Amino acid sequence: MPSLKDYRNRIVSVKSTRKITSAMKMVAASKLKRSQERAEAAQPYATAMAGMMERVAGNVVITNASPKLLAGTGKDDVHVIVVITSDRGLAGGFNGNLVRTARHEIRTLTAAGKTVKLVTVGRKARDLLKRDHADKIIKSFTNLGGGKFLSFSDVDEVTQYVLSLFEEGAFDVAHIIYNKFVSVLTQKPTMQQIIPFKIEKSAAPLKNEKTQELTSPYTFEPEEEKILSLLLPKNLGVQMFRAMLDSAAGEHAARMTAMDNATRNAGDMIKQLSIKYNRARQAYITKELIEIISGAEAV
Amino acid sequence: MEPNQTFNFELVSPEKILASEPAWQVTIPGEEGYFGVRAGHMSLMAAIKPGVVEVIAKEGDAPKKIFIAGGFADVTAANCTILAEQAVNVADLNAATIEQDIANLNDEIKVASDTTQKSILQKKLAMAAAKLDAAKAA
Repeated sequence: MPSLKDYRNRIVSVKSTRKITSAMKMVAASKLKRSQERAEAAQPYATAMAGMMERVAGNVVITNASPKLLAGTGKDDVHVIVVITSDRGLAGGFNGNLVRTARHEIRTLTAAGKTVKLVTVGRKARDLLKRDHADKIIKSFTNLGGGKFLSFSDVDEVTQYVLSLFEEGAFDVAHIIYNKFVSVLTQKPTMQQIIPFKIEKSAAPLKNEKTQELTSPYTFEPEEEKILSLLLPKNLGVQMFRAMLDSAAGEHAARMTAMDNATRNAGDMIKQLSIKYNRARQAYITKELIEIISGAEAV
Repeated sequence: MEPNQTFNFELVSPEKILASEPAWQVTIPGEEGYFGVRAGHMSLMAAIKPGVVEVIAKEGDAPKKIFIAGGFADVTAANCTILAEQAVNVADLNAATIEQDIANLNDEIKVASDTTQKSILQKKLAMAAAKLDAAKAA
């Protein structure tokens, strides 16, 4: 049976753990707010880019001569998956869930006879996938943004790497797997194809003002095909950037939730330990009293 | 059209909106040559090469010069939106630091082993060279 001192020590240690987790929760909450602001600030560019893509692509017929980033290489043999996680842990199931999805996709693709190559972003992706897919990892990016907030140029490093791989003909299809920020409580591991690019028909109808503009004929300089081949790599960058901003916001949200739970659990634990401690103390006092009384009776 | 009519000029980077203001004339370094935009310009979509964008708020004003590292312009009668990955005020450019950057990049290219790394560095170098031109011209 643990002694009174053991209980006291445990209560002290759980209390200090609670202090840490509650501090981490606060930090995550403020970082979450800033990440969300950044994700919002990135919206106008993405929207404008999507609008341009749509307008240009509407004027171009996709043929085999189209840019490969759009038309594909005509094959479907080698897949690259960019797995985006965080650098740090203690974020609940944030990284675990994502890596599980990635593993599942790797298995599916391998079973279909495809070659899979992995590009990992974030230390957790590298560490968790190294165990059983070390041979597939071709490049790992860690500590993007140097522990501060991601800038576009940090993400561009990854984009440029993927693009140059594609130019070398190292793969046919590329996907990204990242945690989509649904809400503070939910981050959904999502797989998205980035090469060849699938032009989404705009989900939200363009503004009235814009549709009117659309009716006036656009001039392209240089011609549509050329612009398209310039737009596509930039668009890839935007997709990547958005995914990573989502992932960053999700990481802080997940950590905040996880730390909130941990703080609450620590509180419960302290309560239970205090009860046990009091019982043990009472038992000890009773035992001493009995000893004294029975000693006095014996005299 | 009134001679002094302005239109809405927007400069957007992936991270935020850098400028959104009325302008009288904007000169853009297009992929196929410089072009000026004023209110009522025909709808145009153009690729931009690294260079200096000049924004004039109203006739007779001194132009505000902004270096952009390439991008796209979306021009309509009442709007001019420039998408740029990098934008710096020309006044903030420092020729000496850029020269240092170029020297560093050249060194890195020499030691870079794989072709992928090399091509990325070369792109950066071209960008820095354009920046230097802009800084010297200012």
